[in-house]
Amino acid sequence: MAKRADLKSILVIGSGPIVIGQACEFDYSGTQAVRVLRDEGYRVLLVNSNPATIMTDPEFSDATYIEPITPEVIEQIIAKERPDAVLPTLGGQTALNVTMELADRGVFEKWGVELIGAGIESIKKAEDRGLFKETMEAVGIAVAEGEYATDMDTALVAARAIGYPVMIRPSFILGGEGTGVALDETEFQDKAAIGLAASPIGEILVEESVLGWKEFELEVMRDKADNAVIVCSIENLDAMGVHTGDSITVAPIQTLTDREYQEMRDEAIMVLRAIGVETGGSNVQFAVDPQTGRRIVIEMNPRVSRSSALASKATGFPIAKIAALLAVGFTLDEISNDITKKTPASFEPALDYVVVKVPRFEFSKFPSASGVLGTSMQSVGEAMALGRTFQEALQKALRSLETGRMGLNADPAELELRALSTRALKEALSTPTPDRIYAVGEALRVGISVREVVDLTKYDPWFVNEIAGIVEVRGALAESALLGAAGDLQARDVVELAKRTGFSDEQIGYLWQRPRQFVAELRGGWGIERTYKTVDTCAAEFSATTPYFYSTFEDESEVPPADKPTVLVLGSGPNRIGQGIEFDYCCVHAAFALKDAGYESVMLNCNPETVSTDYDTSDRLYFEPLTVEDVLGVVASENPVGVIVQLGGQTPLGLANALAEAGVPIAGTSPESIDAAEDRQLFSDLCKKLGVLQPAHGTAITADEAAEVAERIGFPVLVRPSYVLGGKGMRVVYGYDGLSEYLADMKTKFGIDFSNGPLLLDRFLESAVEVDVDAIYDGTELLIGGVMEHVEEAGVHSGDSACVTPPPTLSTAAHARIVADTEKLANGLGVRGLINIQFAVRRDNVFVLEANPRGSRTVPFISKATGIPLAKIATRVMMGESLDTLRASGVLRERQQSFSAVKEAVLPWSRFPDEDIILGPEMRSTGEVMGISDSHEVAFSKAMLAAGMQLPDKGNVFFSLADRDKDRGLEAARALQQLGLSLVSTEGTSAFLKANGVTSIPIPKLSDGAGNTLDWIERGDIDMVVNTPRGQQARSDGRLIRTAAQRAGIPCITTIEGALATVGSLQFGPERVFEVKSLQDWLA
Amino acid sequence: MNALAVLKDGTVFRCNFVGADGVATGEAVFNTAMSGYQEIFTDPSYAGQVVVMTSPQIGNYGVTPEDDQADRVFASGVIMRAMTRSTSSWRAQGSLSDFFLEQNVVAVADLDTRRLTRHLRDRGAQPIVMSASHDERELKELAAGLEGMVGTDLVSAVSTTEPYFSEARGPKKGLVAALDLGIKRDIVRHLNNHGHDVWVLPSSTSPQAVRDLNPTGLFLSNGPGDPEPLEGPISTIRQLLGVVPIFGICLGHQLLGLALGGSTYKLGFGHHGGNHPVRNLLDGTVAITSQNHGFCVDPWSLTSESATAPHSGIARPADLPEAFSTVAGAAIPTHQNLNDGTLEGLRCLDVPAFSVQYHPEAAPGPQDALALFDDFDRLMGF
Repeated sequence: MAKRADLKSILVIGSGPIVIGQACEFDYSGTQAVRVLRDEGYRVLLVNSNPATIMTDPEFSDATYIEPITPEVIEQIIAKERPDAVLPTLGGQTALNVTMELADRGVFEKWGVELIGAGIESIKKAEDRGLFKETMEAVGIAVAEGEYATDMDTALVAARAIGYPVMIRPSFILGGEGTGVALDETEFQDKAAIGLAASPIGEILVEESVLGWKEFELEVMRDKADNAVIVCSIENLDAMGVHTGDSITVAPIQTLTDREYQEMRDEAIMVLRAIGVETGGSNVQFAVDPQTGRRIVIEMNPRVSRSSALASKATGFPIAKIAALLAVGFTLDEISNDITKKTPASFEPALDYVVVKVPRFEFSKFPSASGVLGTSMQSVGEAMALGRTFQEALQKALRSLETGRMGLNADPAELELRALSTRALKEALSTPTPDRIYAVGEALRVGISVREVVDLTKYDPWFVNEIAGIVEVRGALAESALLGAAGDLQARDVVELAKRTGFSDEQIGYLWQRPRQFVAELRGGWGIERTYKTVDTCAAEFSATTPYFYSTFEDESEVPPADKPTVLVLGSGPNRIGQGIEFDYCCVHAAFALKDAGYESVMLNCNPETVSTDYDTSDRLYFEPLTVEDVLGVVASENPVGVIVQLGGQTPLGLANALAEAGVPIAGTSPESIDAAEDRQLFSDLCKKLGVLQPAHGTAITADEAAEVAERIGFPVLVRPSYVLGGKGMRVVYGYDGLSEYLADMKTKFGIDFSNGPLLLDRFLESAVEVDVDAIYDGTELLIGGVMEHVEEAGVHSGDSACVTPPPTLSTAAHARIVADTEKLANGLGVRGLINIQFAVRRDNVFVLEANPRGSRTVPFISKATGIPLAKIATRVMMGESLDTLRASGVLRERQQSFSAVKEAVLPWSRFPDEDIILGPEMRSTGEVMGISDSHEVAFSKAMLAAGMQLPDKGNVFFSLADRDKDRGLEAARALQQLGLSLVSTEGTSAFLKANGVTSIPIPKLSDGAGNTLDWIERGDIDMVVNTPRGQQARSDGRLIRTAAQRAGIPCITTIEGALATVGSLQFGPERVFEVKSLQDWLA
Repeated sequence: MNALAVLKDGTVFRCNFVGADGVATGEAVFNTAMSGYQEIFTDPSYAGQVVVMTSPQIGNYGVTPEDDQADRVFASGVIMRAMTRSTSSWRAQGSLSDFFLEQNVVAVADLDTRRLTRHLRDRGAQPIVMSASHDERELKELAAGLEGMVGTDLVSAVSTTEPYFSEARGPKKGLVAALDLGIKRDIVRHLNNHGHDVWVLPSSTSPQAVRDLNPTGLFLSNGPGDPEPLEGPISTIRQLLGVVPIFGICLGHQLLGLALGGSTYKLGFGHHGGNHPVRNLLDGTVAITSQNHGFCVDPWSLTSESATAPHSGIARPADLPEAFSTVAGAAIPTHQNLNDGTLEGLRCLDVPAFSVQYHPEAAPGPQDALALFDDFDRLMGF
């Protein structure tokens, strides 16, 4: 057998930007794949538009194309590189879909390229629900009853035949988009329409509903010799009806007898055989009727998936790496198990712990969302925890989420639940929401029976009983508080039990009304300390060489002493909007840099989707929650010479003070300096002292004071709460009305009031250009990593704004001022390591908006754009090396930026169809893409295309402008017309354009009825929308138009700067967008 | 915690009693299966052993008589990390804790089973004692006096005393004489499902008594402990080689190896679990198998060659001899454990007999190897 020698070069397709349903798990899988294929001697080509990925680091592939993942672009790459094979199974649904398109266009045949990993037939059988059903029935595997339809009439007939409730499942979708359950015909018509629209082939499956059934998933790998193994079994806590990505899930399966499990196992393998997955991994989902045990197959993915990432982290079995090896011809028994080294990969991991994954949601950013979970995935991230029992793992997972909870209740946030009436509590049990699990704990605490909780939640009774166990221990803890005396033996036993049940010191302290430190000291005195166990794939049957640990409270810790000084890198926890893959990228680089610098790198993180939690990224991996207690546990185990807090975003920064107080050595910039940058007053004083300009600003701790400040600094005013990341609760207000509205929304929408800290008010600089700088300071020298000019004006969150580097419009004087101010601030703040500063530039005046002495979201992008690995350099600087020495040793090699790079944000509107898509100071994007070209305009087009917006070169552009944008809008309108596009606008704008010599087709406003913009969009007569919002009020028309454009899948530009950039890029014509060049060539 | 478990080497573990009262002793072995505890506890092969479940949460789905592998629990004790608080399964007929009480099984929970497993892995399987009514010093003394299972005949205690009959399901094909060395019910079930009537015979059954049944095949079952002291069954098998087609599994495989003139040895900590990869040396495929044995046939004892040198890395076919020469003529190794390279199956070329070290009947574990029952059919001429 062994690997195929007939293949020389392989093109790997990545998954593009992070979107809901497709996150950094595909960086994990792609990185594993490109690394291992390269190790096997293949020439590896990669295409991925996402710059924040580790896999797109130039050293991991022979040619890295940071280009849009579209058929046209990939064909260009194939034409240029002439790969022997394309591997499409590691880049999620994006890669599979583009592969199908390429196949349909005959690209693979034309260029003689072989598909490896999965064939077109297999992809079709798995993805087309009708074919899938046929295939399953042919081999005697039960599926839900159902029929598929491509139009509403057929769909209705099918629904009536099956009987309500029915399930609607669109074909070829990702993350359950457009999927829904209809209880009656009215609901069905709505949801079926959405489903038909969501499917790229306009097909839905109308299916028997299995709501409330138990849901299971098996991760299967199969090789060309037909050897198959189950890597991991997963059981969902949430029953069928909640998307598996939004469910709390548990591995391994807890509630199936062996007989049932083995039948499921055999069937999962049969599914792979029937679909024809011959060389790779797939996940197969099952539903089981809890009353009868009847089992049906729900679906399978013929590729590596989110669940594979989870399964890999849960078991230590590197699914993506093995899948890549199988794709090039190895068989499972030829590949060695990395963890034991001497046993083969053809085995099934045995777990001696329980894994719980909990999803993380961001509903507060999307006010239109109901917050109720369903069959379309809405979560943006997840945390995973390992414990020796479900109870322990669940509580660890809940505190890993960083939603302010310390575990399953027994924390201040539980008071909200206590306020609920029994009726409200029961309603909370029957409605799937992110907080339902806490309601289960509360319900059991107040005496609602396990039986009733089961009936309302559809959780398996076993899980509810286990949760009841947590509640019992909580009761015992509360009682033990009364026993009082430290040293009391009974109290010791209760505390030991509580720790083994996953309670945090914070929770115990809450129940005892004592601080965390008191509990920590008390149990320390009793010798109740964390022990660390190894994730070894084999339940200790063989000795493991891979140090991958999780904590529990037992007799024996397995951590061997380190050979070299250790440095602990704190990761960024679950993905959320504003803190995602970019920070993980930085942490991974830190681990690599520490290894290079002669340290043992120790990673602590709880996000299973990431590269940082791959066991071979760092020397030692601790899969643990990121709380003070859990971090101190790892510190005690590893005794690191430094702890890196500035690369994982706000999560580790938030721990820095408490860690420093506990005597932990923080590497680089001190916690005091971090505070100085975050504290408005301290920072303002510093800016004054250094002669750095800030916009007029003030703070307020009452509503009246807020009005006074606003009056003093003048409208428009940017208001926001203290200490935020991702612009949460941030808004630009244009007058007193707007300010009052904001103050009213504070409590109701953002859930904050003045007790959470003062409100920050800044003069909002209209029409200013925002500039981001990433730099490194070593105490004497400043290294400018990059200067990025935002496309959208200041006021749009930097995470949601497109940006360009090098800055195209910045004057030399402004640039010099920015560099000088950055150095002053870095020095003034005492930075050792990274600093990110946002400036607003109006004419040549430079104002500092904020400074963050930490790694920023733009570090990966700028590192790609400049070829300088900023996070690695920063890590070395944090550990005490100077830029000079790094330069001398060749670690730091500066170079001229030889191309323009544009970063564009990707927003999750399709998941929140009722959301207004305008950009504002609150960040809402989930991911980003990068466009590269020698012209910044072409780079912008590429970025737009990569973000899913193909700009039209002919057709109609609907044009509607806010008054303040009219002058510059005119410029854009003229240019569009010159390019041969027709303009369509409402009567008001049309008259304005006409008065200025630009013709446009006038159409009625929405309120004027038929023939309005919405009709035009729905008819497909509009190819692009330019619609800039008009202040906070009177947005409804614009909102409907923007939403319609979003649904129709046409580009919708909501800022005048975006419109101008678009026009600029259209002038270069469409061909240049499809030109491809590898990052290695650009950087050469 | 209210109880202690102490190994023969004096290592002490804290735990809580969760089953019947009493003091349990036996050889501690760990099983890494993640489901199927009931099948494991009722497997007669565990006679004389205390089973350490590495899977931490045990009892979740209760017990159901259908899953019993024998009419009682044979393990002399059970050790687990966490005993379930509740039972949840549509199949459940009772709870595991009631089952332990009914069966008078001493079981402990809340023990650091991973520490115990690592200890057994590194120091080898050894006797353990569990008690809630002795102090540490007493238990250490007790444990130090415990004997291992090498050289002990455990089979006569678990084998049926009287022959019994189990009828074929579906169209009748053959009649299988099954030598009960500690047979699991699922084996009989599979033979019946293949259309064979089965006579389950005591391990002491004479060759003539087997011949008198005029069976179409002889099945050698699984069973507990060291195969070498089982001289009676070994001699019976030897006399029936070439007389009746033979299929052996687990202890039955070891006895076939001994009957063919080979020898067996004790593995460090045995194979107990449901995830062991076994390569079929004839077609190269790999099956994930259910395993439960502490002893192994020495493949080199059936050759005149000496063993190949140990090497690091995945087991290779070359780690086994190419062929065997036996008292019944030529034979070949057919299966190999990929974790440690040990012999997992053999086939005689001159007489109709083959055997595997693992459990094609699964129960618990993967059913990848069920086709071996078809092979037996073919061997018997069906």
